[in-house]
Amino acid sequence: MERLLEVKDLEVSFRTYAGEIKAVRGVSFHVDRGETVAIVGESGCGKTVTVQTIMRLIPMPPGFIKNGSIIFDGKDIAKLSEKEMEHVRGSEMSMVFQDPMTSLNPTMRVGAQIAESLIKHQKMPPKQARERAIEMLKLVGIPNAEKRVDQYPHEFSGGMRQRAMIAIALACSPKLLIADEPTTALDVTIQAQILDLMRDLQKKLNTSIIIITHNLGVVANLAERVLVMYAGKIIERGSLDEIFYNPRHPYTWGLLMSVPTSELDKSKRLASIDGTPPDLFAPPVGCAFAARCEYAMKICYERYPEDFTVGDGHRVACWLMHPMAPEVKPPVGKGVTLS
Amino acid sequence: MGRYILNRLFVSLITAWVLVTLVFFLIRLLPGDPFLSEKVTPEIKANMMKYYGLDKPIHIQYATFLGNLLKGDFGYSLRYKNRTVNEVINQAFPYSADLGIRAVIFAAIAGVTLGIIAALNRNRSWDYLSMFIAIVGVSVPSFVIGPLLQYVFATKLKLLPVSQWKGFAYTIMPTFALSLHSLALMARLMRASMLDVVNQDYIKTAKAKGLSPFQIIWKHQIRNAILPVVTVLGPVTATLLTGTFVVEQIFAIPGLGKFYILGIQNLDYSLVLGMTTFYGLFLIAANFVVDIIYGLVDPRIRLAR
Ligand SMILES: Nc1ncnc2c1ncn2[C@@H]1O[C@H](COP(=O)(O)OP(=O)(O)O)[C@@H](O)[C@H]1O
Ligand code: SF4
Ligand SMILES: [Mg+2]
Repeated sequence: MERLLEVKDLEVSFRTYAGEIKAVRGVSFHVDRGETVAIVGESGCGKTVTVQTIMRLIPMPPGFIKNGSIIFDGKDIAKLSEKEMEHVRGSEMSMVFQDPMTSLNPTMRVGAQIAESLIKHQKMPPKQARERAIEMLKLVGIPNAEKRVDQYPHEFSGGMRQRAMIAIALACSPKLLIADEPTTALDVTIQAQILDLMRDLQKKLNTSIIIITHNLGVVANLAERVLVMYAGKIIERGSLDEIFYNPRHPYTWGLLMSVPTSELDKSKRLASIDGTPPDLFAPPVGCAFAARCEYAMKICYERYPEDFTVGDGHRVACWLMHPMAPEVKPPVGKGVTLS
Repeated sequence: MGRYILNRLFVSLITAWVLVTLVFFLIRLLPGDPFLSEKVTPEIKANMMKYYGLDKPIHIQYATFLGNLLKGDFGYSLRYKNRTVNEVINQAFPYSADLGIRAVIFAAIAGVTLGIIAALNRNRSWDYLSMFIAIVGVSVPSFVIGPLLQYVFATKLKLLPVSQWKGFAYTIMPTFALSLHSLALMARLMRASMLDVVNQDYIKTAKAKGLSPFQIIWKHQIRNAILPVVTVLGPVTATLLTGTFVVEQIFAIPGLGKFYILGIQNLDYSLVLGMTTFYGLFLIAANFVVDIIYGLVDPRIRLAR
């Protein structure tokens, strides 16, 4: 498959009065054309900063790209001018945000918000853009699109707003769609509908997708590959199957154990990982997860575990993968079935 | 929208009725009577009271007053012999309205513009300059600004006429003096609102669409930031239209201000009542129009029912 996006050694920080927040600390990954990649991790681990840097949506200052490159469709995003970037955003890559209640302009008709990027990027006359907006609303499964196109966001339910956001994002048939926790703010039943919609659209349009979530369950039916992030780094990556059935990093185990696996489970309190992520002002030199890891060894505090390759495309940043490390039986993985 | 307008209209009418009734009774509570100062004998005074219907029981007076009001008739002035209140208003109000409306328009346009400039240049010299103007404008009253302007631009620089109301050049200083306070208020409100909106998620959505900064500011930021400013347009209009009285005195503008002050001093019931009612209705109408404008700019209100 052909590479669409190649992120290399990306480091993003924020300058604040209290010091430098190292939000992304050397992230490398790629996305192929037509592929769906998931980024998972607890909140605050740098998922949003990573993808918003790819679209250059991070306010700079205070943010800045400290290091690394982002090659998208042959262009180095980090080196484009703001003007050149405008032609990439919304046209070649676009984003669906977490909260559909606040992400749409309340004083602008939904149709006009979809038409806007068509008028800008494809130089469509407004009338034709409106027709296309109706088609887009139909495509994302909004009934009565001819009527809905002239309505305002507050006349839409949460789920419909997120569909409208997806319509906005896909209006110009971008090569890459980034969905940052697109279902987190929605009811469980609506979540499933939005995920189904994204999967259908992905098949129909063959757009590459990066989907972000803190709930691994969300990506079970959607992603082909999963990147697990912790404290600004990718600590495990692999195919969906590898991550679900052969997870190797203790943090990934923790994430998997906190996924609701059945209706029964939802009534129980889910296991969550004890402790909190490290201070990003001064991240630890060794494994950032060490303070919360029940398998932590001496070396974990002293040296960062570079990636160990454990399978085809399956890489893990954990000292447990070292040949000299003790054998540990994973508490999850094999045998875990996800709904 | 139709329901919304009807609703607003109903509220406006009730407000108008309450206002008219209050003024009618309150002015009669003031000590003295309209003919107190005149050297008149009790018989003549009784005749005058009778002539103007002031000897009738109060509820009859009230009913007559309301009846005439519905016909748009404010009655005769008790002091300006043989002149109706309507005549006084017809003659003087155009000057007050002219000044007031100029001030509203100037305050709104200049205030909003200043607020936008300040917000877009946050914490830079333009911001500081705009906010300095705003602070001065809020803290210095028109009766200080007015004479100051007259001294600088008329007496010293001889650029503008000192007073009177005879053409555009005459309107500049009074309009400025009257609107400065409201202008400053709106500038601060607009600035705060712009800075609030710029952090909203939908601004990021607009950016993610690839819109240029100008398109984002113009189509998304200002459009939403202006909503709170529109809500104060009603009170601001009220302040400016009633504030004309002070400025009229300073710049010798032949508006309603003079009549109002004399009317109160002389307990000219019908003149004060007529003018208050007139102003009240005018302001209620202005608020009604602002409510409609607000409904137009904010779809969430327009479609509420
Ligand atoms: N504008 C900003 N200024 C300062 N720090 C920020 C800013 N945006 C994000 N951060 C910091 O970057 C880190 C990563 O945040 P984020 O990428 O939003 O996490 P996630 O999306 O994984 O929940 C957080 O610690 C957050 O405090
Ligand atoms: S490197 Fe050490 S501390 Fe980090 S996850 Fe692996 S075992 Fe735990
Ligand atoms: Mg996030």
